[in-house]
Amino acid sequence: MQDLYQEIILDHYRNPQGRGLREPFEAQVHHVNPTCGDEIDLRLHLSTIDGVTVVDDVSYEGQGCSISQASASVLYDSVVGQPLDEALASLDRFQEMLQSKGEISGDEETMGDAVAFAGVAKYPARVKCALLPWMAWKDAVVRVTEGENR
Amino acid sequence: MSTLQQASGHSIDVERLRQQFPILSRTVRADQRLVYLDSGATSQKPLAVLDAEREYYLTSNAAVHRGAHQLAEEATEAYEGSRARIARFVGARAEQLVFTRNATESINLLAYAFSNTTDKARLGSPRPEGSDRLVLRPGDEILVTEMEHHANLVPWQEVCDKTGATLRWIGLTHDGRLDLSDLGTLVNERTRVVSFVHQSNLVGTINPVHEITQAARSVGAWVFLDACQSIPHMPVDVSTLGVDAVSWSGHKMLGPTGIGCLWATEELLFAMPPFISGGSMIETVTMERSTYADPPKRFEAGVPMVAQAVGLAAACDMLDDLGMDNVAAHDGDLTAYSLERMAELPAVRVVGPTSTHMRGSAISFVVDGVHPHDVGQVLDSRGIAVRVGHHCAWPACRALGVPATTRISPYVYNDRADIDAFIDALASVRDVFGVR
Repeated sequence: MQDLYQEIILDHYRNPQGRGLREPFEAQVHHVNPTCGDEIDLRLHLSTIDGVTVVDDVSYEGQGCSISQASASVLYDSVVGQPLDEALASLDRFQEMLQSKGEISGDEETMGDAVAFAGVAKYPARVKCALLPWMAWKDAVVRVTEGENR
Repeated sequence: MSTLQQASGHSIDVERLRQQFPILSRTVRADQRLVYLDSGATSQKPLAVLDAEREYYLTSNAAVHRGAHQLAEEATEAYEGSRARIARFVGARAEQLVFTRNATESINLLAYAFSNTTDKARLGSPRPEGSDRLVLRPGDEILVTEMEHHANLVPWQEVCDKTGATLRWIGLTHDGRLDLSDLGTLVNERTRVVSFVHQSNLVGTINPVHEITQAARSVGAWVFLDACQSIPHMPVDVSTLGVDAVSWSGHKMLGPTGIGCLWATEELLFAMPPFISGGSMIETVTMERSTYADPPKRFEAGVPMVAQAVGLAAACDMLDDLGMDNVAAHDGDLTAYSLERMAELPAVRVVGPTSTHMRGSAISFVVDGVHPHDVGQVLDSRGIAVRVGHHCAWPACRALGVPATTRISPYVYNDRADIDAFIDALASVRDVFGVR
Protein backbone atom coordinates (compact mmCIF):
# COMPACT_ATOMS: atom_id res chain seq x y z
CA MET A 1 0.00 0.00 0.00
CA GLN A 2 3.03 2.27 0.48
CA ASP A 3 3.30 2.00 -3.33
CA LEU A 4 -0.01 3.75 -3.57
CA TYR A 5 0.15 6.29 -0.79
CA GLN A 6 3.62 7.73 -1.41
CA GLU A 7 4.59 10.47 1.01
CA ILE A 8 4.66 12.91 -1.92
CA ILE A 9 1.01 12.11 -2.67
CA LEU A 10 -0.03 12.56 0.95
CA ASP A 11 1.87 15.88 1.07
CA HIS A 12 -0.01 17.16 -1.95
CA TYR A 13 -3.28 15.92 -0.43
CA ARG A 14 -2.65 17.76 2.84
CA ASN A 15 -1.23 20.89 1.20
CA PRO A 16 -2.72 21.20 -2.25
CA GLN A 17 -0.97 23.59 -4.66
CA GLY A 18 -2.98 26.09 -6.67
CA ARG A 19 -6.35 25.14 -5.22
CA GLY A 20 -9.23 27.62 -5.59
CA LEU A 21 -10.99 29.03 -8.63
CA ARG A 22 -9.35 32.15 -10.07
CA GLU A 23 -9.81 34.77 -12.79
CA PRO A 24 -9.07 35.18 -15.62
CA PHE A 25 -9.86 31.97 -17.50
CA GLU A 26 -10.92 30.99 -21.00
CA ALA A 27 -12.58 27.68 -20.15
CA GLN A 28 -14.18 26.08 -17.13
CA VAL A 29 -15.05 22.39 -16.99
CA HIS A 30 -16.76 20.11 -14.52
CA HIS A 31 -15.73 16.46 -14.47
CA VAL A 32 -16.97 13.62 -12.29
CA ASN A 33 -15.95 10.06 -11.71
CA PRO A 34 -19.37 8.39 -11.88
CA THR A 35 -18.24 5.24 -10.11
CA CYS A 36 -17.17 6.97 -6.90
CA GLY A 37 -18.62 10.48 -7.12
CA ASP A 38 -15.34 12.42 -7.14
CA GLU A 39 -15.78 15.84 -8.72
CA ILE A 40 -13.59 18.64 -9.99
CA ASP A 41 -14.31 22.13 -11.33
CA LEU A 42 -11.32 23.36 -13.27
CA ARG A 43 -10.47 26.62 -15.00
CA LEU A 44 -7.76 27.15 -17.58
CA HIS A 45 -6.01 30.39 -18.48
CA LEU A 46 -3.68 30.36 -21.49
CA SER A 47 -1.45 33.28 -22.51
CA THR A 48 0.73 33.91 -25.53
CA ILE A 49 4.26 34.98 -24.68
CA ASP A 50 6.65 35.70 -27.60
CA GLY A 51 4.34 33.75 -29.92
CA VAL A 52 4.30 30.69 -27.65
CA THR A 53 1.09 29.51 -25.96
CA VAL A 54 1.77 29.09 -22.27
CA VAL A 55 -0.37 27.58 -19.50
CA ASP A 56 -0.69 30.70 -17.38
CA ASP A 57 -2.96 29.30 -14.70
CA VAL A 58 -4.93 26.20 -13.78
CA SER A 59 -7.31 26.77 -10.89
CA TYR A 60 -9.64 24.20 -9.41
CA GLU A 61 -12.00 23.13 -6.67
CA GLY A 62 -12.99 19.56 -6.07
CA GLN A 63 -13.84 16.85 -3.66
CA GLY A 64 -12.66 13.31 -3.66
CA CYS A 65 -10.11 10.84 -2.40
CA SER A 66 -6.48 11.58 -1.63
CA ILE A 67 -5.39 10.25 -5.03
CA SER A 68 -7.67 12.50 -7.09
CA GLN A 69 -7.04 15.55 -4.93
CA ALA A 70 -3.27 15.10 -4.83
CA SER A 71 -3.29 14.53 -8.58
CA ALA A 72 -4.95 17.92 -9.12
CA SER A 73 -2.21 19.54 -7.04
CA VAL A 74 0.53 17.75 -9.01
CA LEU A 75 -1.21 18.76 -12.26
CA TYR A 76 -0.98 22.39 -11.16
CA ASP A 77 2.72 22.06 -10.35
CA SER A 78 3.44 20.18 -13.57
CA VAL A 79 1.74 22.36 -16.16
CA VAL A 80 1.45 25.94 -14.90
CA GLY A 81 4.14 28.13 -16.44
CA GLN A 82 4.89 25.51 -19.11
CA PRO A 83 4.46 25.99 -22.84
CA LEU A 84 1.22 24.26 -23.80
CA ASP A 85 3.05 21.71 -26.00
CA GLU A 86 5.24 20.61 -23.12
CA ALA A 87 2.31 20.51 -20.73
CA LEU A 88 0.44 18.24 -23.13
CA ALA A 89 3.54 16.03 -23.33
CA SER A 90 3.46 15.81 -19.51
CA LEU A 91 -0.14 14.66 -19.73
CA ASP A 92 0.84 11.96 -22.24
CA ARG A 93 3.65 10.70 -20.01
CA PHE A 94 1.39 10.70 -16.95
CA GLN A 95 -1.39 8.88 -18.75
CA GLU A 96 0.98 6.34 -20.30
CA MET A 97 2.49 5.57 -16.89
CA LEU A 98 -0.90 5.16 -15.23
CA GLN A 99 -2.26 2.92 -17.93
CA SER A 100 0.85 0.70 -18.02
CA LYS A 101 -0.38 -1.61 -15.21
CA GLY A 102 2.85 -0.85 -13.38
CA GLU A 103 5.19 -1.55 -16.34
CA ILE A 104 6.36 2.07 -16.67
CA SER A 105 7.72 3.62 -13.49
CA GLY A 106 8.18 7.12 -14.90
CA ASP A 107 11.18 9.40 -15.10
CA GLU A 108 11.57 11.79 -12.19
CA GLU A 109 13.72 14.15 -14.29
CA THR A 110 10.89 14.91 -16.70
CA MET A 111 7.88 14.19 -14.52
CA GLY A 112 8.77 15.58 -11.11
CA ASP A 113 6.28 14.74 -8.34
CA ALA A 114 4.02 13.06 -10.89
CA VAL A 115 6.22 9.92 -10.76
CA ALA A 116 4.86 9.31 -7.27
CA PHE A 117 1.68 8.10 -8.99
CA ALA A 118 3.50 5.13 -10.59
CA GLY A 119 2.20 2.88 -7.80
CA VAL A 120 -1.38 3.87 -8.56
CA ALA A 121 -1.08 2.01 -11.88
CA LYS A 122 -1.06 -1.27 -9.93
CA TYR A 123 -4.52 -0.50 -8.55
CA PRO A 124 -6.83 -0.45 -11.58
CA ALA A 125 -9.75 0.96 -9.57
CA ARG A 126 -7.68 4.01 -8.63
CA VAL A 127 -6.27 4.91 -12.06
CA LYS A 128 -9.39 6.92 -12.85
CA CYS A 129 -8.98 8.83 -9.58
CA ALA A 130 -5.51 9.96 -10.60
CA LEU A 131 -6.55 10.80 -14.15
CA LEU A 132 -9.67 12.80 -13.23
CA PRO A 133 -8.00 16.25 -12.92
CA TRP A 134 -5.73 15.63 -15.91
CA MET A 135 -8.66 14.64 -18.14
CA ALA A 136 -10.56 17.72 -16.96
CA TRP A 137 -7.54 19.85 -17.85
CA LYS A 138 -7.23 18.20 -21.26
CA ASP A 139 -10.90 18.88 -21.91
CA ALA A 140 -10.40 22.55 -20.98
CA VAL A 141 -7.43 22.79 -23.36
CA VAL A 142 -9.51 21.32 -26.19
CA ARG A 143 -12.33 23.76 -25.50
CA VAL A 144 -10.02 26.78 -25.62
CA THR A 145 -7.94 25.73 -28.61
CA GLU A 146 -10.90 24.48 -30.68
CA GLY A 147 -12.82 27.63 -29.75
CA GLU A 148 -10.03 29.68 -31.29
CA ASN A 149 -10.07 27.68 -34.50
CA ARG A 150 -13.79 28.08 -34.95
CA MET B 1 -18.28 -24.00 17.38
CA SER B 2 -17.80 -20.34 16.68
CA THR B 3 -17.56 -17.50 19.14
CA LEU B 4 -20.67 -16.16 17.52
CA GLN B 5 -22.80 -19.07 18.60
CA GLN B 6 -21.41 -19.00 22.10
CA ALA B 7 -22.16 -15.30 22.24
CA SER B 8 -25.70 -15.40 20.95
CA GLY B 9 -26.88 -18.99 21.15
CA HIS B 10 -28.45 -19.18 17.70
CA SER B 11 -27.71 -21.90 15.30
CA ILE B 12 -25.52 -20.96 12.36
CA ASP B 13 -22.26 -22.83 12.59
CA VAL B 14 -20.11 -20.33 10.72
CA GLU B 15 -16.96 -22.42 10.81
CA ARG B 16 -18.70 -25.36 9.18
CA LEU B 17 -20.57 -23.13 6.75
CA ARG B 18 -17.34 -21.50 5.60
CA GLN B 19 -16.17 -24.88 4.24
CA GLN B 20 -18.84 -24.36 1.58
CA PHE B 21 -17.01 -21.19 0.45
CA PRO B 22 -13.44 -22.02 -0.64
CA ILE B 23 -12.90 -18.40 -1.72
CA LEU B 24 -13.01 -17.37 1.93
CA SER B 25 -9.85 -19.42 2.54
CA ARG B 26 -7.73 -17.54 0.03
CA THR B 27 -5.38 -14.75 0.92
CA VAL B 28 -5.25 -11.30 -0.61
CA ARG B 29 -2.74 -8.42 -0.74
CA ALA B 30 0.40 -10.26 0.33
CA ASP B 31 -0.85 -13.09 2.52
CA GLN B 32 -3.61 -11.36 4.41
CA ARG B 33 -6.60 -13.48 5.38
CA LEU B 34 -9.59 -12.41 3.26
CA VAL B 35 -12.33 -10.85 5.34
CA TYR B 36 -15.20 -10.46 2.91
CA LEU B 37 -17.59 -7.73 4.09
CA ASP B 38 -19.06 -6.76 0.73
CA SER B 39 -22.01 -9.14 0.46
CA GLY B 40 -24.36 -6.20 -0.10
CA ALA B 41 -22.67 -5.84 -3.49
CA THR B 42 -22.59 -9.56 -4.17
CA SER B 43 -22.46 -12.61 -1.93
CA GLN B 44 -19.96 -15.43 -2.29
CA LYS B 45 -21.16 -18.69 -3.83
CA PRO B 46 -21.21 -22.00 -1.93
CA LEU B 47 -20.01 -25.29 -3.43
CA ALA B 48 -23.60 -26.51 -3.37
CA VAL B 49 -24.58 -23.81 -5.89
CA LEU B 50 -21.56 -24.39 -8.09
CA ASP B 51 -22.09 -28.17 -7.96
CA ALA B 52 -25.74 -27.81 -8.93
CA GLU B 53 -24.83 -25.74 -11.98
CA ARG B 54 -22.05 -28.11 -12.94
CA GLU B 55 -24.28 -31.15 -12.47
CA TYR B 56 -26.90 -29.59 -14.71
CA TYR B 57 -24.34 -28.91 -17.46
CA LEU B 58 -22.77 -32.35 -17.06
CA THR B 59 -25.98 -34.34 -17.21
CA SER B 60 -29.01 -32.49 -18.58
CA ASN B 61 -27.89 -29.48 -20.60
CA ALA B 62 -30.28 -28.64 -23.46
CA ALA B 63 -32.43 -25.75 -24.62
CA VAL B 64 -35.61 -25.64 -22.54
CA HIS B 65 -39.21 -25.63 -23.78
CA ARG B 66 -38.25 -27.05 -27.18
CA GLY B 67 -36.71 -30.18 -28.59
CA ALA B 68 -38.20 -33.67 -28.60
CA HIS B 69 -35.44 -35.45 -26.76
CA GLN B 70 -34.85 -36.61 -23.22
CA LEU B 71 -32.23 -33.98 -22.41
CA ALA B 72 -34.63 -31.21 -23.42
CA GLU B 73 -37.22 -32.72 -21.12
CA GLU B 74 -34.77 -32.89 -18.25
CA ALA B 75 -33.53 -29.36 -18.85
CA THR B 76 -37.10 -28.06 -18.92
CA GLU B 77 -37.82 -29.94 -15.71
CA ALA B 78 -34.68 -28.48 -14.11
CA TYR B 79 -35.64 -24.96 -15.16
CA GLU B 80 -39.31 -25.12 -14.18
CA GLY B 81 -38.51 -27.09 -11.03
CA SER B 82 -36.09 -24.34 -10.03
CA ARG B 83 -38.78 -21.74 -10.66
CA ALA B 84 -41.11 -23.58 -8.29
CA ARG B 85 -38.35 -23.96 -5.69
CA ILE B 86 -37.38 -20.28 -5.78
CA ALA B 87 -41.04 -19.22 -5.71
CA ARG B 88 -41.59 -21.39 -2.62
CA PHE B 89 -38.64 -19.62 -0.93
CA VAL B 90 -40.58 -16.34 -1.01
CA GLY B 91 -44.07 -17.77 -0.46
CA ALA B 92 -45.12 -17.48 -4.11
CA ARG B 93 -46.52 -19.74 -6.81
CA ALA B 94 -44.31 -20.66 -9.75
CA GLU B 95 -46.60 -18.99 -12.32
CA GLN B 96 -46.03 -15.65 -10.60
CA LEU B 97 -42.25 -15.74 -10.88
CA VAL B 98 -40.45 -14.25 -13.90
CA PHE B 99 -36.72 -14.78 -14.39
CA THR B 100 -34.69 -11.79 -15.53
CA ARG B 101 -30.96 -11.07 -15.78
CA ASN B 102 -30.90 -9.16 -12.50
CA ALA B 103 -33.07 -6.96 -10.28
CA THR B 104 -32.33 -3.93 -12.46
CA GLU B 105 -33.92 -5.73 -15.38
CA SER B 106 -36.89 -6.77 -13.19
CA ILE B 107 -37.58 -3.12 -12.36
CA ASN B 108 -37.09 -2.10 -15.99
CA LEU B 109 -39.61 -4.75 -17.00
CA LEU B 110 -42.16 -3.01 -14.76
CA ALA B 111 -41.18 0.49 -15.87
CA TYR B 112 -41.31 -0.39 -19.56
CA ALA B 113 -44.76 -1.92 -19.06
CA PHE B 114 -45.98 1.62 -18.33
CA SER B 115 -44.20 3.47 -21.12
CA ASN B 116 -44.91 0.75 -23.69
CA THR B 117 -48.59 0.53 -22.74
CA THR B 118 -48.87 4.32 -22.84
CA ASP B 119 -47.36 4.34 -26.35
CA LYS B 120 -49.70 1.59 -27.52
CA ALA B 121 -52.74 3.34 -26.05
CA ARG B 122 -51.77 6.55 -27.87
CA LEU B 123 -51.58 4.71 -31.20
CA GLY B 124 -54.52 2.42 -30.55
CA SER B 125 -52.30 -0.67 -30.96
CA PRO B 126 -53.43 -3.98 -29.48
CA ARG B 127 -52.55 -4.42 -25.82
CA PRO B 128 -53.46 -6.88 -23.08
CA GLU B 129 -56.83 -6.78 -21.41
CA GLY B 130 -56.70 -4.97 -18.09
CA SER B 131 -53.78 -2.77 -19.16
CA ASP B 132 -55.67 0.55 -18.85
CA ARG B 133 -54.20 1.00 -15.39
CA LEU B 134 -50.75 1.02 -16.98
CA VAL B 135 -51.48 4.04 -19.19
CA LEU B 136 -49.86 7.20 -17.79
CA ARG B 137 -50.78 10.78 -18.65
CA PRO B 138 -49.26 14.18 -17.84
CA GLY B 139 -50.33 15.00 -14.29
CA ASP B 140 -50.07 11.40 -13.11
CA GLU B 141 -47.50 10.84 -10.40
CA ILE B 142 -44.94 8.16 -9.66
CA LEU B 143 -43.69 8.07 -6.08
CA VAL B 144 -40.28 6.71 -5.07
CA THR B 145 -38.02 7.50 -2.11
CA GLU B 146 -34.80 9.43 -1.79
CA MET B 147 -33.01 6.28 -0.60
CA GLU B 148 -33.54 4.30 -3.81
CA HIS B 149 -30.74 2.47 -5.51
CA HIS B 150 -30.34 4.03 -8.99
CA ALA B 151 -32.00 0.84 -10.30
CA ASN B 152 -35.31 1.90 -8.75
CA LEU B 153 -34.95 5.57 -9.64
CA VAL B 154 -33.52 6.01 -13.13
CA PRO B 155 -36.08 3.70 -14.85
CA TRP B 156 -38.93 5.77 -13.34
CA GLN B 157 -37.27 9.02 -14.45
CA GLU B 158 -37.24 7.51 -17.93
CA VAL B 159 -40.93 6.60 -17.67
CA CYS B 160 -41.73 10.18 -16.67
CA ASP B 161 -39.74 11.55 -19.62
CA LYS B 162 -41.66 9.28 -21.99
CA THR B 163 -45.18 9.69 -20.58
CA GLY B 164 -45.28 13.16 -19.05
CA ALA B 165 -45.90 11.74 -15.58
CA THR B 166 -44.29 13.52 -12.62
CA LEU B 167 -41.76 11.90 -10.32
CA ARG B 168 -42.16 12.54 -6.59
CA TRP B 169 -40.21 11.15 -3.68
CA ILE B 170 -40.35 10.58 0.04
CA GLY B 171 -37.42 12.40 1.65
CA LEU B 172 -35.01 11.22 4.34
CA THR B 173 -34.52 12.05 8.00
CA HIS B 174 -31.00 12.95 9.15
CA ASP B 175 -30.47 9.41 10.45
CA GLY B 176 -31.35 7.79 7.14
CA ARG B 177 -34.96 6.78 7.62
CA LEU B 178 -37.91 7.75 5.44
CA ASP B 179 -39.59 10.97 6.45
CA LEU B 180 -43.19 9.83 6.32
CA SER B 181 -44.60 13.00 7.89
CA ASP B 182 -46.11 14.14 4.58
CA LEU B 183 -46.98 10.71 3.23
CA GLY B 184 -50.64 11.77 3.14
CA THR B 185 -49.77 14.56 0.65
CA LEU B 186 -47.23 12.64 -1.39
CA VAL B 187 -49.68 9.81 -1.91
CA ASN B 188 -52.73 11.41 -3.49
CA GLU B 189 -55.38 10.78 -6.15
CA ARG B 190 -52.79 11.50 -8.90
CA THR B 191 -50.42 8.80 -7.61
CA ARG B 192 -50.34 5.86 -10.03
CA VAL B 193 -47.21 4.01 -8.94
CA VAL B 194 -45.44 3.74 -5.60
CA SER B 195 -42.09 1.96 -5.91
CA PHE B 196 -39.74 1.75 -2.96
CA VAL B 197 -36.88 -0.15 -1.45
CA HIS B 198 -37.50 -2.69 1.32
CA GLN B 199 -34.03 -2.35 2.84
CA SER B 200 -31.59 0.41 1.90
CA ASN B 201 -28.37 -0.81 0.29
CA LEU B 202 -26.64 2.38 1.46
CA VAL B 203 -27.63 2.71 5.11
CA GLY B 204 -29.40 -0.56 5.92
CA THR B 205 -32.74 1.00 6.89
CA ILE B 206 -35.70 -1.40 6.72
CA ASN B 207 -38.73 0.52 5.52
CA PRO B 208 -42.30 0.14 6.86
CA VAL B 209 -43.83 -1.73 3.93
CA HIS B 210 -47.29 -1.98 5.45
CA GLU B 211 -47.69 1.74 6.16
CA ILE B 212 -46.58 2.84 2.69
CA THR B 213 -48.53 0.08 0.97
CA GLN B 214 -51.74 0.96 2.79
CA ALA B 215 -51.44 4.61 1.76
CA ALA B 216 -50.78 3.59 -1.85
CA ARG B 217 -53.68 1.11 -1.85
CA SER B 218 -56.07 3.76 -0.57
CA VAL B 219 -55.59 5.76 -3.78
CA GLY B 220 -55.50 2.73 -6.08
CA ALA B 221 -51.82 3.01 -7.00
CA TRP B 222 -49.64 0.08 -8.03
CA VAL B 223 -47.11 -0.82 -5.33
CA PHE B 224 -43.69 -2.25 -6.19
CA LEU B 225 -40.98 -3.32 -3.79
CA ASP B 226 -37.24 -3.54 -4.41
CA ALA B 227 -36.26 -6.42 -2.14
CA CYS B 228 -32.63 -6.92 -3.25
CA GLN B 229 -31.24 -6.33 0.22
CA SER B 230 -34.05 -7.87 2.23
CA ILE B 231 -34.75 -11.29 0.68
CA PRO B 232 -31.15 -12.51 1.23
CA HIS B 233 -31.22 -11.46 4.89
CA MET B 234 -34.66 -12.05 6.39
CA PRO B 235 -37.75 -14.17 5.87
CA VAL B 236 -39.88 -12.49 3.20
CA ASP B 237 -43.29 -13.81 2.16
CA VAL B 238 -44.27 -11.84 -0.92
CA SER B 239 -47.87 -13.05 -0.77
CA THR B 240 -48.49 -11.29 2.55
CA LEU B 241 -46.80 -7.96 1.76
CA GLY B 242 -49.84 -6.57 -0.04
CA VAL B 243 -47.73 -5.25 -2.92
CA ASP B 244 -48.18 -5.86 -6.66
CA ALA B 245 -44.60 -6.76 -7.52
CA VAL B 246 -41.29 -7.58 -5.85
CA SER B 247 -37.87 -7.46 -7.55
CA TRP B 248 -34.65 -9.04 -6.36
CA SER B 249 -31.45 -10.59 -7.65
CA GLY B 250 -29.96 -14.04 -7.24
CA HIS B 251 -26.34 -13.11 -6.71
CA LYS B 252 -26.82 -11.36 -3.37
CA MET B 253 -28.38 -14.51 -1.82
CA LEU B 254 -25.61 -17.05 -2.47
CA GLY B 255 -26.84 -17.61 -6.03
CA PRO B 256 -25.06 -17.04 -9.34
CA THR B 257 -24.86 -13.80 -11.29
CA GLY B 258 -27.01 -13.51 -14.41
CA ILE B 259 -30.35 -14.28 -12.80
CA GLY B 260 -32.85 -11.94 -11.21
CA CYS B 261 -36.44 -12.41 -10.15
CA LEU B 262 -39.68 -10.55 -10.53
CA TRP B 263 -42.68 -11.72 -8.57
CA ALA B 264 -45.99 -10.08 -9.45
CA THR B 265 -49.69 -10.62 -8.99
CA GLU B 266 -51.57 -12.31 -11.83
CA GLU B 267 -53.54 -9.10 -12.36
CA LEU B 268 -50.33 -7.20 -13.10
CA LEU B 269 -48.56 -9.98 -14.99
CA PHE B 270 -51.44 -10.47 -17.40
CA ALA B 271 -51.89 -6.71 -17.91
CA MET B 272 -48.27 -6.09 -18.90
CA PRO B 273 -47.15 -6.18 -22.53
CA PRO B 274 -43.89 -7.96 -23.39
CA PHE B 275 -40.64 -6.22 -22.46
CA ILE B 276 -38.04 -8.08 -24.52
CA SER B 277 -39.68 -9.86 -27.44
CA GLY B 278 -38.70 -12.68 -29.79
CA GLY B 279 -38.59 -16.45 -29.49
CA SER B 280 -40.17 -18.46 -26.67
CA MET B 281 -42.52 -15.70 -25.56
CA ILE B 282 -45.11 -16.03 -28.33
CA GLU B 283 -48.43 -17.78 -28.73
CA THR B 284 -48.82 -17.44 -32.52
CA VAL B 285 -46.74 -15.57 -35.11
CA THR B 286 -47.69 -14.46 -38.62
CA MET B 287 -45.93 -11.94 -40.88
CA GLU B 288 -48.41 -9.27 -39.84
CA ARG B 289 -48.48 -9.72 -36.11
CA SER B 290 -48.00 -11.97 -33.10
CA THR B 291 -49.85 -12.88 -29.96
CA TYR B 292 -48.05 -13.61 -26.78
CA ALA B 293 -47.73 -16.44 -24.32
CA ASP B 294 -49.17 -16.13 -20.85
CA PRO B 295 -46.87 -14.98 -18.05
CA PRO B 296 -44.26 -15.82 -16.97
CA LYS B 297 -43.15 -17.01 -20.45
CA ARG B 298 -44.37 -13.74 -22.01
CA PHE B 299 -41.43 -12.04 -20.28
CA GLU B 300 -38.74 -14.65 -20.98
CA ALA B 301 -37.76 -14.25 -24.63
CA GLY B 302 -34.90 -16.33 -25.99
CA VAL B 303 -33.06 -19.23 -24.40
CA PRO B 304 -33.12 -18.53 -20.68
CA MET B 305 -30.47 -18.83 -17.97
CA VAL B 306 -31.19 -22.44 -16.99
CA ALA B 307 -27.99 -23.19 -15.10
CA GLN B 308 -28.34 -20.00 -13.10
CA ALA B 309 -31.91 -20.92 -12.15
CA VAL B 310 -30.68 -24.32 -11.00
CA GLY B 311 -27.91 -22.62 -9.01
CA LEU B 312 -30.31 -20.16 -7.42
CA ALA B 313 -32.65 -23.00 -6.42
CA ALA B 314 -29.68 -24.66 -4.68
CA ALA B 315 -28.98 -21.37 -2.90
CA CYS B 316 -32.60 -21.35 -1.68
CA ASP B 317 -32.09 -24.90 -0.38
CA MET B 318 -29.04 -23.81 1.56
CA LEU B 319 -30.72 -20.71 3.01
CA ASP B 320 -33.76 -22.77 4.02
CA ASP B 321 -31.44 -25.33 5.61
CA LEU B 322 -29.89 -22.55 7.64
CA GLY B 323 -33.36 -21.15 8.30
CA MET B 324 -34.10 -17.55 7.31
CA ASP B 325 -35.01 -16.72 10.92
CA ASN B 326 -31.51 -17.87 11.90
CA VAL B 327 -29.98 -15.90 9.04
CA ALA B 328 -31.80 -12.77 10.23
CA ALA B 329 -30.73 -13.39 13.83
CA HIS B 330 -27.14 -14.02 12.76
CA ASP B 331 -27.01 -10.85 10.63
CA GLY B 332 -28.72 -8.94 13.45
CA ASP B 333 -26.07 -10.07 15.90
CA LEU B 334 -23.24 -9.00 13.56
CA THR B 335 -24.99 -5.68 12.97
CA ALA B 336 -25.33 -5.00 16.69
CA TYR B 337 -21.74 -6.07 17.32
CA SER B 338 -20.40 -3.94 14.44
CA LEU B 339 -22.32 -0.84 15.57
CA GLU B 340 -21.10 -1.33 19.12
CA ARG B 341 -17.46 -1.73 18.12
CA MET B 342 -17.56 1.15 15.61
CA ALA B 343 -18.85 3.40 18.39
CA GLU B 344 -15.53 2.78 20.19
CA LEU B 345 -13.76 4.79 17.49
CA PRO B 346 -14.45 8.51 17.98
CA ALA B 347 -13.39 9.50 14.46
CA VAL B 348 -15.85 7.05 12.88
CA ARG B 349 -19.41 8.19 12.21
CA VAL B 350 -22.10 5.77 11.09
CA VAL B 351 -24.26 7.21 8.30
CA GLY B 352 -27.79 5.92 8.83
CA PRO B 353 -29.51 4.26 11.78
CA THR B 354 -27.19 3.68 14.73
CA SER B 355 -29.53 1.26 16.49
CA THR B 356 -30.53 -2.22 15.28
CA HIS B 357 -34.20 -1.23 15.23
CA MET B 358 -35.55 -1.75 11.68
CA ARG B 359 -32.13 -1.96 10.10
CA GLY B 360 -30.17 -4.60 8.24
CA SER B 361 -26.49 -5.44 8.15
CA ALA B 362 -25.33 -2.91 5.56
CA ILE B 363 -23.52 -0.24 7.59
CA SER B 364 -22.18 2.89 5.91
CA PHE B 365 -19.73 5.14 7.70
CA VAL B 366 -17.27 7.97 7.28
CA VAL B 367 -13.94 8.55 8.99
CA ASP B 368 -13.18 12.09 10.02
CA GLY B 369 -10.39 13.52 7.84
CA VAL B 370 -10.04 10.56 5.45
CA HIS B 371 -11.98 10.12 2.22
CA PRO B 372 -14.17 6.97 2.09
CA HIS B 373 -12.26 5.65 -0.92
CA ASP B 374 -8.97 5.91 0.96
CA VAL B 375 -10.54 4.22 3.99
CA GLY B 376 -11.53 1.31 1.75
CA GLN B 377 -8.03 1.10 0.31
CA VAL B 378 -6.41 0.89 3.74
CA LEU B 379 -8.90 -1.78 4.79
CA ASP B 380 -8.12 -3.67 1.56
CA SER B 381 -4.42 -3.59 2.39
CA ARG B 382 -5.35 -5.53 5.54
CA GLY B 383 -7.47 -8.04 3.63
CA ILE B 384 -10.82 -6.46 4.49
CA ALA B 385 -13.08 -6.22 1.42
CA VAL B 386 -15.61 -3.38 1.67
CA ARG B 387 -17.45 -1.17 -0.76
CA VAL B 388 -16.74 2.54 -1.24
CA GLY B 389 -18.41 5.35 -3.15
CA HIS B 390 -22.02 6.41 -3.49
CA HIS B 391 -23.27 2.80 -3.72
CA CYS B 392 -25.53 3.64 -6.68
CA ALA B 393 -27.57 5.76 -4.28
CA TRP B 394 -26.12 9.16 -5.10
CA PRO B 395 -29.22 11.19 -4.15
CA ALA B 396 -29.33 9.43 -0.75
CA CYS B 397 -25.68 10.35 -0.14
CA ARG B 398 -26.46 13.96 -1.02
CA ALA B 399 -29.49 13.98 1.27
CA LEU B 400 -27.38 12.64 4.12
CA GLY B 401 -24.65 15.23 3.48
CA VAL B 402 -21.83 12.90 2.47
CA PRO B 403 -20.11 12.72 -0.93
CA ALA B 404 -19.54 9.00 -0.46
CA THR B 405 -19.24 6.40 2.28
CA THR B 406 -17.37 3.22 3.12
CA ARG B 407 -19.72 0.29 3.72
CA ILE B 408 -19.53 -3.09 5.38
CA SER B 409 -22.24 -5.64 4.66
CA PRO B 410 -21.69 -8.90 6.56
CA TYR B 411 -23.59 -12.09 5.80
CA VAL B 412 -24.05 -15.69 6.93
CA TYR B 413 -20.39 -16.70 6.52
CA ASN B 414 -19.03 -13.81 8.59
CA ASP B 415 -18.47 -13.95 12.32
CA ARG B 416 -17.43 -11.64 15.12
CA ALA B 417 -13.76 -12.36 14.40
CA ASP B 418 -14.30 -10.80 10.95
CA ILE B 419 -15.77 -7.70 12.57
CA ASP B 420 -12.84 -7.56 15.02
CA ALA B 421 -10.38 -7.71 12.11
CA PHE B 422 -12.30 -4.90 10.41
CA ILE B 423 -12.27 -2.76 13.55
CA ASP B 424 -8.51 -3.32 14.06
CA ALA B 425 -7.83 -2.18 10.49
CA LEU B 426 -10.27 0.71 10.76
CA ALA B 427 -8.52 1.95 13.89
CA SER B 428 -5.28 2.30 11.87
CA VAL B 429 -6.75 4.33 9.02
CA ARG B 430 -6.14 7.80 10.39
CA ASP B 431 -2.50 6.96 11.20
CA VAL B 432 -1.81 6.08 7.57
CA PHE B 433 -2.94 9.55 6.54
CA GLY B 434 -1.35 11.30 9.50
CA VAL B 435 -4.70 12.69 10.65
CA ARG B 436 -4.66 13.52 14.32
